[in-house]
Amino acid sequence: MADKERFRPADHPNEHFLLTTVVGSYPKPTWLHRSRDLHEGGDLSRDRAPEIRESDIDLDFDDEDWVEAKDDAARLITNEHERAGLDVVTDGEMRRSEMVEYFAHRIDGFEFNGPVKVWGHNYFHKPSVVSDVEYDEPWLVDEYEFTSEVADAPVKVPLTGPYTLARWSFNEAYESTEAVAYDLADLVNHEVERLVEAGAQYIQIDEPALAQHEDDHAVVGECLDRIVAGLPDDVRVGLHVCYGDYSRIYPEVLDFPVDELDLELANGDYEQLDVFQEPEFTTDLALGVVDVHHAEVESVPEIKANIRKGFEVVPPERLVVSPDCGLKLLPREAAFEKMRNMVRAAREVEEELDAGEIEVAGARAGAD
Amino acid sequence: MTELVATTPGLYPLPDDAKDDLSDLKGHQKEDLIDGDEGEEVRNVYDRARREVVDVQTEAGLDRVVEGQLRWDDMLAHPLTVHDAVETRGLVRYYDNNNFYRDPVVTDDLDVDGDVAAELEALSGLTDDPLQAVLPGPYSLASLATDEHYGDEAEFLAAVAEFLAGEAGAFPEVETLWLLEPSLVTDPPGDGPDARASEAVDRVAGAVDADVVVHPYWGALDETVHAHLLDADVDAVGYDFVTEHESNLYNINEYGTCDDVALGLVDGQNTLVEAPATVADRVEWVREGTPGADFDRAYVTSNTPLFYLPYTRFEAKVRTLAGAVDADPTPDDEAEEVSA
Repeated sequence: MADKERFRPADHPNEHFLLTTVVGSYPKPTWLHRSRDLHEGGDLSRDRAPEIRESDIDLDFDDEDWVEAKDDAARLITNEHERAGLDVVTDGEMRRSEMVEYFAHRIDGFEFNGPVKVWGHNYFHKPSVVSDVEYDEPWLVDEYEFTSEVADAPVKVPLTGPYTLARWSFNEAYESTEAVAYDLADLVNHEVERLVEAGAQYIQIDEPALAQHEDDHAVVGECLDRIVAGLPDDVRVGLHVCYGDYSRIYPEVLDFPVDELDLELANGDYEQLDVFQEPEFTTDLALGVVDVHHAEVESVPEIKANIRKGFEVVPPERLVVSPDCGLKLLPREAAFEKMRNMVRAAREVEEELDAGEIEVAGARAGAD
Repeated sequence: MTELVATTPGLYPLPDDAKDDLSDLKGHQKEDLIDGDEGEEVRNVYDRARREVVDVQTEAGLDRVVEGQLRWDDMLAHPLTVHDAVETRGLVRYYDNNNFYRDPVVTDDLDVDGDVAAELEALSGLTDDPLQAVLPGPYSLASLATDEHYGDEAEFLAAVAEFLAGEAGAFPEVETLWLLEPSLVTDPPGDGPDARASEAVDRVAGAVDADVVVHPYWGALDETVHAHLLDADVDAVGYDFVTEHESNLYNINEYGTCDDVALGLVDGQNTLVEAPATVADRVEWVREGTPGADFDRAYVTSNTPLFYLPYTRFEAKVRTLAGAVDADPTPDDEAEEVSA
């Protein structure tokens, strides 16, 4: 069990420590999108001043420029996370196109046939599994090494879980989705080992497809067993789940080999919180305390009230504070303000806990 | 001898250039989706896309041509989400798919709207081939919606059926009408509602002078739901043999079915493209598995709509379906032996 205490900053001001972090993704700066357009051949469709002729526009943007742009974005957003005061940061997944596509592009056995609809005019390039999946090039080691070098704070590595990768792909080659997921889990295990070798201490498996289908917890449980096989005990492993029917997966998730369960709950106004109250929640809870689908920034008092909801499930020693899900669909300013208010709220709640001003259900106050 | 008719349940993916153009013209947010009142530029893109998917069908040689339901941003909920008596609210999950639609909240009387009829009018100008209309079945449409007006489940279902009957009544001449009823499988009606679901289908079917196929998918119907559905005055019931074999055969063998049948034999949600001969073999497999049945006509179709697929794979599936009917390897005399 990797306790969150090991990520406590040296200058943490309070005795209590509610670790603050993010789920992972963050809005990309517009210039990064434009850089991608340029790298992919240039986009001349946008309005320009009449005196600028098409031939005057320099579209030269080679691979090196594109790498530099991604490095710059990763540095910028890592720093933005630190400026918000987060205890554990990511690079906002600046290098990743989309949570399934990015990985499928790096795994042998996947192919792409074009975009498919998610809703309205929102599409994603849903890959097809056309043969046995195999590890090809590294997925995230470079991303982790770069981020940890530019960050002062500890870095978390989120990666899309094998069940979600399998569920959100077309399966042309395997007998079942489960079979795809298990093979992918072995590849995730391999990648996590490499990340740990590179120094990663905090891994988060994202499984948004969990809690949508009957008995999917059994498949995810088996996947997680494979993912953590051979992993040192001091590596903290989290599991992120969102927008599902949590009663389908609780209490089964308590048997998963993870240190932390990260849950979207603010969006539904904690309607599903009671699911986790019985039987006792025995792992750490990373509680979603800001909604990622509303650009309106929650105030510090509102977020404090959300954080206190967490104490209905776990004592402060086992509570981690985070947004509901990736912030990437928000305007960037709103994303930043949400993080900053979240950190302020956490620090104020810690102060109040230190001062004994918050009553926490005593029976469960023992994480140690 | 069974007449084989190659067709699809509609709801196609947009051609990729139309995806881009409409993303730019309409936007990506909830409030940007179709409201039944789109401007000329948007209409032009849909007109072009409609021509394209009609060409895909006619060139492949499907026996029925659908409009493609390319404007149905909210999938089967579309006829309600464009209706004046309906407010669209938050995004909600579409069945257990990784798709979402706007929750249609019915706040007033559901009178005739004409949105789907207008699409079919546009279609009828594009081809002389037999046309097939597509609508959500009343049970599924009611299940996908939220009622804040009628206040009673039975009354609401009847109102939705009445509304769909009005829509269907306004259609131009079509050869076939398909009513898609996945909710009959995923959220089966219990004792009492099962009879009402059948009556609702009957009400819509009675509004058109066309062959009516009611097509449930994502599994097999509960026995009693199936039995009730056969009471409706429809020409064919559909069976999704991609997701469920035995229970579908059982339903047909135990309870019989209509004179015609729709066979979901091509996977509408997987990019793996079946060979026409494979589908022809599956037709044969169903015939052999239903020795007591003697279908006058079998619609050979994908189990689900095809919007789940990338565009090129959708085209390939259409070609497979058309080819499967031509590839039917079974000589007539043998077919008679099988069904005897």
